[in-house]
Amino acid sequence: MKTIAEINEKIKKGQAVVVTAEEIIDIVREKGLSRAAREVDVVTTGTFGPMCSSGAFLNFGHTRPRIKIGGGRAYLNDVPVYTGIAAVDVFIGATALPDDDPRNRVYPGEFPYGGGHVIEELVAGRDIRLAVSAYGTDCYPRRKLETWINIRDINEAILFNVRNSYQNYNVAVNLSGKTLYTYMGVLKPNLGNANYCSAGQLSPLLKDPYYKTIGIGTKIFLGGGIGYVAWHGTQHNPNVLRGENGLPRRPAGTLAVIGDLKQMSPEFLRGLSMLGYGTSLAVGIGVPIPILSEEILAYTAVSDAEIFAPVVDYAEAYPQGRPEVLAEVSYAQLKSGSITLQGKQVPTASLSSYPKAVEIARTLKSWIEKGEFTLTEPVAPLPGVESGITIRGLKERPVE
Amino acid sequence: MEVSKRIVLRFPRRLIDRPIIYHLVKDYDLEFNILKASITPEQEGLMVLELKGNQDEYDRGIEFLLKTGVQIQSLSQDVTRNDERCTHCGACVTICPSAAFAVDPATRRVIFNDEKCIACGLCIPACPPRAMEVHF
Repeated sequence: MKTIAEINEKIKKGQAVVVTAEEIIDIVREKGLSRAAREVDVVTTGTFGPMCSSGAFLNFGHTRPRIKIGGGRAYLNDVPVYTGIAAVDVFIGATALPDDDPRNRVYPGEFPYGGGHVIEELVAGRDIRLAVSAYGTDCYPRRKLETWINIRDINEAILFNVRNSYQNYNVAVNLSGKTLYTYMGVLKPNLGNANYCSAGQLSPLLKDPYYKTIGIGTKIFLGGGIGYVAWHGTQHNPNVLRGENGLPRRPAGTLAVIGDLKQMSPEFLRGLSMLGYGTSLAVGIGVPIPILSEEILAYTAVSDAEIFAPVVDYAEAYPQGRPEVLAEVSYAQLKSGSITLQGKQVPTASLSSYPKAVEIARTLKSWIEKGEFTLTEPVAPLPGVESGITIRGLKERPVE
Repeated sequence: MEVSKRIVLRFPRRLIDRPIIYHLVKDYDLEFNILKASITPEQEGLMVLELKGNQDEYDRGIEFLLKTGVQIQSLSQDVTRNDERCTHCGACVTICPSAAFAVDPATRRVIFNDEKCIACGLCIPACPPRAMEVHF
């Protein structure tokens, strides 16, 4: 029907018809698939939730005399960064914690500040304290460094998240008699609440369930700036149970994404403290889906009532790595405020922000409408069902 | 007219051994429910109270409290949401025991109804971006 090149021509002329993944649902209901497919060029998606496999590569620039941070120790606002690369490159991960944070020794740990917060503060343009101890070499003689840095002044700041934007996710509940503190939030005892974490009908990979348009090289909204899909994300798992509509009914595909942190905004990268668990980073991602066919359009038009998530017990099944699923519920049910489990009405709460997801989808829509953002042709597809990929647990072998 | 309000009382050191709340009941026929009470290291007393009764008597009771030297503040001024930090995820909604948070069904934004807040503080560490603040 249409090609990405044709859609880009329309974007450049300011003539592209762009709607959000929420708006497309009613458009298809009213106009039908074939007419909507002719009229709509791009559907924009969005998601904003905790994504722990996030972090940033930073290059500070060289000091005089030079210092080799690589192989030494370095901290940003007391949060340790990974130094096992070249002289002035480091990686700061979202879950890194200051050495003196008590963790869960005072249970449940509060985790007020960690790598995710450093990334948020960097993006907000605040000064960050860098402290380094190095071992000194003939070519990099300096051993100590303590200075303020600012994202404006350093050479590169690259957000590189190896697993983001999960295609569907568990609904977490607690079957035990004590409160649990998890990455899915505080879970009250005896099915006291059910926490979910997906933008549902706005979520990028749920709107392209077979990765027909989203691939390596796809240009995206990332943290308020522009980023790209770098690879499939870690634990990408296309071969899960799928419904008749093709949608995964379990956590499935994931994306690895990359982008220039200097363009991004703290509105869409937010440091998080998960009580009793640790720190994380909420990441805002929006992916444009070019409407190249009626089939692609049909996938973008599914609504929360047609997307099902598995309910998993985080007291036993999850921590023990057992696959039991207590029930399947739709995102429409989850958003109604309660679900019924084992005869009990269980109140629901979300960890992913739907209002932020809407804002991201609308922002991306306006960028495309204004001709500021054109679409890219993927350079390679993400591994699909045919790849045979499934994720493995760790096979432990005794060490003699 | 019946009124019910949540207020924060601050007792200066010289008042902490006087039965002030007793007078609210005996002289003004007010019903009270203590939501929180503490004495700080500087021996200033703090009490969060839900006070219920006839409007006239409520007003006279408050007047009495003020005359004794107790400082009064509405509870809603003490528990606040930092709207810069709130992402409207909704993690707080099922944590709050008094249903002070609700999701607007149209926008999915989280509404904080400070009139319902009992200042228990459970939402404060449970909020991932730490947007809820208590200022006692």
